[in-house]
Amino acid sequence: MSDLTDLYQEVILEHKRHPRNFRPMLGANRNVDGHNPLCGDHIHLHVKLNGDVIEDVSFEGAGCAISTASASMMTEAVKGKRRAEAQALFQRVHGLLTGEDEGVDPSALGRLAIFSGVRNFPSRVKCASLSWHTLNAALREDGEDVVTTE
Amino acid sequence: MNAIAETLRTTGSETWDVERVRADFPILEERVHGFPVAYMDSAASAQKPRSVIEAVDHLYRHDYSNVHRGVHTLSERATAAYEGARDLLQRFINARSRREIVFVRGATEAINLVVQSFGRRFQPGDQVIISMMEHHANIVPWQLLREQTGIELKVAPINQAGELDLEAYEALLGERTRLVALTHVSNALGTINPVRRIIDLAHARQIPVLLDGAQAVPHMRVDVQALDCEFFAFSGHKMFGPTGIGVLYAKEALLDAMPPYQGGGDMIRTVSFERTTYNDLPYKFEAGTPNIAGVVGLGAAAKYLDEIDIDRAGRYEHELLIYASERLQEIPGLRLIGTARNKAAVLSFVIERVHPHDLGTILDKKGIAVRAGHHCAMPLMNFYGVPATARASLAFYNTREEIDRLCAALAYAQEMLA
Repeated sequence: MSDLTDLYQEVILEHKRHPRNFRPMLGANRNVDGHNPLCGDHIHLHVKLNGDVIEDVSFEGAGCAISTASASMMTEAVKGKRRAEAQALFQRVHGLLTGEDEGVDPSALGRLAIFSGVRNFPSRVKCASLSWHTLNAALREDGEDVVTTE
Repeated sequence: MNAIAETLRTTGSETWDVERVRADFPILEERVHGFPVAYMDSAASAQKPRSVIEAVDHLYRHDYSNVHRGVHTLSERATAAYEGARDLLQRFINARSRREIVFVRGATEAINLVVQSFGRRFQPGDQVIISMMEHHANIVPWQLLREQTGIELKVAPINQAGELDLEAYEALLGERTRLVALTHVSNALGTINPVRRIIDLAHARQIPVLLDGAQAVPHMRVDVQALDCEFFAFSGHKMFGPTGIGVLYAKEALLDAMPPYQGGGDMIRTVSFERTTYNDLPYKFEAGTPNIAGVVGLGAAAKYLDEIDIDRAGRYEHELLIYASERLQEIPGLRLIGTARNKAAVLSFVIERVHPHDLGTILDKKGIAVRAGHHCAMPLMNFYGVPATARASLAFYNTREEIDRLCAALAYAQEMLA
């Protein structure tokens, strides 16, 4: 049930080795830092909002395999989405990672469903959720600049 | 390699019966994910020998009540156990007087006590010297004092090996220096600081010294009279005792002159609404009902370390350190963080393309417990340009076989993730 291969699935390792949208961004209108004080991971998230649509999203920073892959896959999942859609996706991913929302249908999450193995590693849930919390902060109207997973 | 083998031969001439010592620690029989636990996180918190567990158990079963209170038998027994432990701790660090042993929650509280009591009289512009390799517990309390009183914090630098730059340290000692507060042994690097020299340099200028001894007492005999430091702080749980208990040693004359840290029961002699007079040392600094069982357990831990001979234990740990350093450096892409010539058995490292947090998870699946993170030393991590390290911290109950398992698991993690 909680084998290492459930956590470090091939797709996750592939994104860790070759993260997508891992770059600075000119013209971003939201730049938010996320920190995990427990392990020292940090992420700088850049979002270009065009009206209500996430026209572009990218990230920089340093983190473990889980947080890097999660950030990479998050950027792919939300690019081109409306703000409300991305926020709803955040809620579903959060429910998947924490196990708080048993009603989450993994198929509704597409490729992100592979992160379901993380919940069996409680100390790693924050690694997978860091980029999503950072995105959520970036999409808020009042836009905080720094979030932490603590 | 040859030099290391030579050192091994010379230090390895005496035998250390590690299996016998391991039998003293019931938790080492635990299995984790199907493997015998290889506990390499003793710098975070060390495991407890049976004698400590039994001392706490015996107190609660047979001798427990509040201390310094009742005339009844159980209170007298509890007080005797509590004060008997103070005597054991006094002997453990060779303090001149039992009045110099103040029980606190741990090294963190011991430092906070010094900061908020001894440091209360510091003036704006007064300076306190710390170092680049301090634990947050010896940084943040001084920053709080800086906000309260306007003191300045001076940070003594280190070299790439993780050794204190003694010349730069000496240059920081000045007219306005009110205290030097340094770690004896670094929790993140293992560096053993030349405390004798550090103290001499400070004393030459009449500057008092506080040592954070949390990582020293589990590995070596400490003699506070020989060191002649003004303050020495340590925690029980890192020296194989219970959590939530520790000791502030301070020279009696200083404790006498210092104002109380906290007010409450036990620290008073008389109380009226107009005026309170304080109790004698060390009780002036022990407000409230103390951690009685913690103190009794800590006394048992000090006794245990005396019985096994901490000096011999330290020599065995040094052999392990040499063996582990050599084995780890065979792993391609591994970089040891902290390579001081004088080192305790702490191995901090990073591996190319493998994050310490992932290492921690993968090693755990192999039954190996290491710490992954910043080790409460974020300025030090910044100095080395790493967000975190993996840290294997050894004690006299670890074995060469466990180090072999660690290396095999690291190779597995590398294969999986890099």
